[in-house]
Amino acid sequence: MTIELQEKLQDFQTYIDAEEKIEPGDWMPDDYRAHNVRQISQHAHSEVIGMQPEGNWITRAPSLRAKKILLAKIQDEGGHGLYLYSAAETLGISRDELIEQLHEGKAKYSSVFNYPTLNWADIGAIGWLVDGAAVTNQLSLRRTSYGPYARAMFRICNEESFHQRQGYEIMMKMANGTPEQREMAQDALNRWWWPALMMFGPHDNQSQRTHKGMMWKIKRASNDELRQRFIDKTVPQAEFLGLTIPDPDLRWNPDTNQYDTGEINWDEFHQVISGNGPCNRERMDHHKKVHEEGAWVREAAAAFAAKKQAQQN
Amino acid sequence: MSDKNSQGPVWEVFTQKKSGQAFQHAGSLHAFDREMALENARDLYTRRDKPFGLWVVPASAIVAVSSEDSEAFFDPSDDKTYRHPTFYDIPEEVKNL
Ligand SMILES: [Fe+2]
Ligand SMILES: [Fe+2]
Repeated sequence: MTIELQEKLQDFQTYIDAEEKIEPGDWMPDDYRAHNVRQISQHAHSEVIGMQPEGNWITRAPSLRAKKILLAKIQDEGGHGLYLYSAAETLGISRDELIEQLHEGKAKYSSVFNYPTLNWADIGAIGWLVDGAAVTNQLSLRRTSYGPYARAMFRICNEESFHQRQGYEIMMKMANGTPEQREMAQDALNRWWWPALMMFGPHDNQSQRTHKGMMWKIKRASNDELRQRFIDKTVPQAEFLGLTIPDPDLRWNPDTNQYDTGEINWDEFHQVISGNGPCNRERMDHHKKVHEEGAWVREAAAAFAAKKQAQQN
Repeated sequence: MSDKNSQGPVWEVFTQKKSGQAFQHAGSLHAFDREMALENARDLYTRRDKPFGLWVVPASAIVAVSSEDSEAFFDPSDDKTYRHPTFYDIPEEVKNL
């Protein structure tokens, strides 16, 4: 490393340590850029792929009210994806490249969206648990060091609060409904609890990227810290519903003032991440299909814009 | 990185919350022409809290000062303390100044 580069890196770190934000035109280490592109694009892809499991229930929502809410919620998620793609693009990567990386499996998305939505209670559980876990992470990321990413997080967090509440409302209705509905609610909690905890990623001592991410303040809290935060706020919400968290080892620890939990099935996590979850294939095939089917729209819009431009000149 | 672009150029979006207020940057988006940029901006950045005004500007038209240059670029405004009202000593009996 040249002395000049060393000095630049040091200045960069000092700037970050002073809680200043990095903006698109600024000098940044290549690794900082790559780390952000990877994290922001993975986040963007998760928002977009996450529309699929919920979209599965739009036509079967139990009431017009429920359908309108679900539509609005899913539209928000598409918007979140777009905010985040825009933030990633400020780092010099194009939208086309980002989508290509997703289709080629080079970019990942959250493993939680590879689980199926089997019944209406799943829509409640997703809003409550999956959005709840996502927003725990996103609240912390409002302080991330890359300006465009931080601004996207503020916008997203403002919109997320309704997502979680609409999910919890569905859970309340079902938990207080007929015995069958109650059973469905418990079943949905059983199936989504662990995948929601996996959303925070591997344990801190297993995560290779945590160190640099924290040093550069891209990440502001560790995976385990965020997961614990989510558990501690969610357990009382489950108790209010009268539902049981599917973890026999879960108990309040008065010494640490937080809940102790059983171990996550990391084998399952790695299976799903590496493409062997119940719906990985389906999610990716659907995204590719829709992208290809939309190609003519993009081409026609480009041709129309070119034609209008020519007429103006 | 590659120049392949099937999504149209990038536009910056600015919204005005109420009549008379300053426009604020909301974010950016892709669109092929002005009309599409406005419609996309409406759908993407104004789903809640209906704003009063909306601007879209081709991102390529934005000229910016980088954070690195910021200090030197804005330096000239730093030493003109006489631009601030506190610079001037006015006796206390004089009111409404
Ligand atoms: Fe979202
Ligand atoms: Fe959400």
